[in-house]
Amino acid sequence: MDEKKKEYFHIIRERYCKGCNICVAFCPKQVLVLKNGKVFPERPQLCIGCRACELRCPDFAIEVHLKGEQPEEGRDSDSVDYTLPPEAMHG
Amino acid sequence: MSDILRYFRQDMLPHIWCPGCGHGTVTGALVRAIDKLGLSKNKVCIVSGIGCSSRAVGYLDFDTVHTTHGRAIAFATGIKLARPELTVIVMTGDGDCAAIGGNHFIHAARRNIGITTIVMNNNIYGMTSGQYSPMTPKGMYGTTAPYGNVERSFDLCELAKASGATYVGRATSYHVPLLIDLIHSALQNKGFSVVEAISQCPTYMGRKNKIGGAVEMLEWIKDGTVNVKAAAALGSEKTKGKILIGELHNAPESEYTADYDELIDRVQRKYDKFQGGLYGCASNSD
Repeated sequence: MDEKKKEYFHIIRERYCKGCNICVAFCPKQVLVLKNGKVFPERPQLCIGCRACELRCPDFAIEVHLKGEQPEEGRDSDSVDYTLPPEAMHG
Repeated sequence: MSDILRYFRQDMLPHIWCPGCGHGTVTGALVRAIDKLGLSKNKVCIVSGIGCSSRAVGYLDFDTVHTTHGRAIAFATGIKLARPELTVIVMTGDGDCAAIGGNHFIHAARRNIGITTIVMNNNIYGMTSGQYSPMTPKGMYGTTAPYGNVERSFDLCELAKASGATYVGRATSYHVPLLIDLIHSALQNKGFSVVEAISQCPTYMGRKNKIGGAVEMLEWIKDGTVNVKAAAALGSEKTKGKILIGELHNAPESEYTADYDELIDRVQRKYDKFQGGLYGCASNSD
């Protein structure tokens, strides 16, 4: 049974990142580095998808996704119409 | 994570907490636990008091109340009594819950009202520049304890357990999967549930005690804690002076609002049966 190595990609929200270094320090594979005070996935091919960075990030700035898997359609801040009251968004 | 971002007021982000503050991690864990349960946004009410931790409700897209200092549980009790079908969550800090709101905390635990309290314990009053709180460990430094804190600290989980809370757990901002699991089961518990989330304050706690930044503080938290299951196997010698994490107490009992509804039902039936009508019943000494 040939199992292809799973590959992951990272979504970084640079506007949210404060460069606290938690994700870089606790990554078991040294995937992430800080560049100009913001996190950057330097070696994404090493990522094992443990999501330690995603869970520990205090600023909700990083997410890990499996390659080939379409990330869920999120309400990202640039696609939200803020002229609507927040009650209208409640589902 | 875009699946959890939909629970945030994204026009308010990035949040105001310092770089490396653990409160964001705890807020993320709460949102993930709510996401796991699949609760509707209209059926969740989050209440907070005053302090760094209590700013969390400003970023969460639920029905939220930011109340006065220490009175978050008092407000939440009112909300729960008026609308027992809501999931009421209190996000509070160590000073807000243990010092200013200490009495509300123990009496909510005594009544066993269906509120989930998440105490973000960073061992210090972070918002007002690092005074020592009732949760600061003995011997640690703060702005008002320049030679070390001489007071003993609270064990909030033991306090909650002794006051009658039916679900008590403790996790840290390092052990995030455990924290999500604990909040997940605390939200499902019918009575008063307490989850103490030990969090790091690199700006005051880390700097005053020369522990270091956020990463060093997380390592300090990791070294200072031991899981309650592992502690049972290791014995008391090796776990001396360490903080126990995990599910510490789980003993479901009858819940306050359910008891109250039952009381109303019982009294109404008694009044309905009374021959002289409502006025005659009320004027009766019985």
